[in-house]
Amino acid sequence: MGIRPILAIAAKELNSYFASFIAYAVIAGFLFVTGAFFSLSVLLSRQVNLRFTLTDVAIILLFVSPAITMRLLAEEQASGTLELLVTSPVRELEIVLGKFLAALAFLIVMLAATAYYPLLLISYSQPDPGPILTAYLGLFLQGAAFISLGLFVSALTRNQVVAYIFTFALLLIIWLFEAISGIFGGQLGLVLSYLAFYNHFLDFPKGVVDTKDVVFYLSVVVFGLVLAERTLESRRWR
Amino acid sequence: MQPAIQVKNLSKSYGPTQALKDVSFEVFRGEIVGFLGPNGAGKTTTMRILVGYLPPTSGTVIVDGYDVLQDSLKVRRRIGYLPENISLYNDMTVEAFLEFMATIRGVPRGGIRDRVRAVMAQTRVEEVAGVLIGKLSRGYRQRVGLAQALVHDPPILILDEPTVGLDPRQIIETRQLIKSLAGDHTVILSSHILPEVSMTCRRVLVIHQGQIVAEDAPENLAARLRGSERIRVEVRGPADEVRRALERIPGVLAVIPEARDGVASFAVDCAVGTDLREQVAEAVVRGGWGLRELRPVGMSLEEIFLKLTTEEPDGNTADSGHRG
Repeated sequence: MGIRPILAIAAKELNSYFASFIAYAVIAGFLFVTGAFFSLSVLLSRQVNLRFTLTDVAIILLFVSPAITMRLLAEEQASGTLELLVTSPVRELEIVLGKFLAALAFLIVMLAATAYYPLLLISYSQPDPGPILTAYLGLFLQGAAFISLGLFVSALTRNQVVAYIFTFALLLIIWLFEAISGIFGGQLGLVLSYLAFYNHFLDFPKGVVDTKDVVFYLSVVVFGLVLAERTLESRRWR
Repeated sequence: MQPAIQVKNLSKSYGPTQALKDVSFEVFRGEIVGFLGPNGAGKTTTMRILVGYLPPTSGTVIVDGYDVLQDSLKVRRRIGYLPENISLYNDMTVEAFLEFMATIRGVPRGGIRDRVRAVMAQTRVEEVAGVLIGKLSRGYRQRVGLAQALVHDPPILILDEPTVGLDPRQIIETRQLIKSLAGDHTVILSSHILPEVSMTCRRVLVIHQGQIVAEDAPENLAARLRGSERIRVEVRGPADEVRRALERIPGVLAVIPEARDGVASFAVDCAVGTDLREQVAEAVVRGGWGLRELRPVGMSLEEIFLKLTTEEPDGNTADSGHRG
């Protein structure tokens, strides 16, 4: 496996993100909603605290990340450009990793744009930087997990709208596993509760980085990437 | 010498539809081979299997000594592929696109600029190097497609309908380019247009309903399948009288008028193996008309094509096939 094709694909993808209107619409929408939550939280609580705002951002990512990933593979399948890519001497894994890196870079740009909120607080007061940094780490890890699953769904369809809806539904269900786990109880309940995105995020904004949570998110990333690769590869023997 | 491409007993089914039935052929190094057949004959399916885009249902494909299924990456490294109705990244400029393709095709970093510049010159797209692909005309897009197939200088080229969408001048340029690649490169090109293959290829495989129905040089194909000899005659004189005189010559099967102002022009079909040029000349002179032209013509590939692909034993004609 080579790093050059991966980076070339990532660069191409990033270029087309910012060549399209969608990228700016997604970032603008994201900043508008997170900004609203931030100002409400600060004005109502009168506390120099980002914990609630950043937890809200995690939920907003549920809506936003499917928009980041929906086009990644669906568009290439619909337009037919995938034929160029897969008849080139690149492995499916290289294609998947290149696309994943581009979406990850987009996520970082989007999260970096929210740095405005903590910077605003710092200019007026002295918030504890620890929980803010760990919250961002949590957002990044969770965003990476969302993107990886979204990439997999995008490999399954040639329709971007379908990719968005299915990704959102998938993420929401996993997010809500905690609530469902109560219904089942027992072993299944424990498994569902472990898989719930919600449970793994909660500690980050409190300033706690638990290895278990980090491992969970990284496993989801690997899982999604492998599924995406397999889906893309299946074309060769179907 | 080992052939560049070896296809053995290749079959492909899409569900219940059989797109290819037991296709076998070889292509030798430096050859330009044409796939000829109507839309839906199986040309695109065959090419997609050769480049590893589709898996065959059964049969083997060996490219440059490597099996398409076992050593897909090695095969793909050796092939330049122009898909039918190529889709390109519309949000990239021509130059950026070709640099991207060169990178993923494994052109060394230092050589990318030179290679891109070379293929842009070869395919005459330099003047649009900085233009977004989405804004290009059909002709330019097709040539950019050809440029990406050439950018890594592959020994084998698979070109699916390379001149579709080009204007006549561009078609001639593209044919010359493809011809100039022969020798160093092995080329397979497909077309449903006959002059296309007869002008660029030294060997033609005629595909119909998923099977190879003929394989030969374009001239031999013409000779082998010719059911009659044809002579073209141009005479200055009354068309109807000339026609009647020509029809009276023994051995003439049919006289087909080709209307033109002032002169009577005919295609005269004769029995196979006869040469009636002298008799025709004599008949014209006897009538006291001016003989302006007299020459034998081979039957055009178009007509062979019609024979090959529209004549069915049960008299069922003009089958256009299912999918490509």
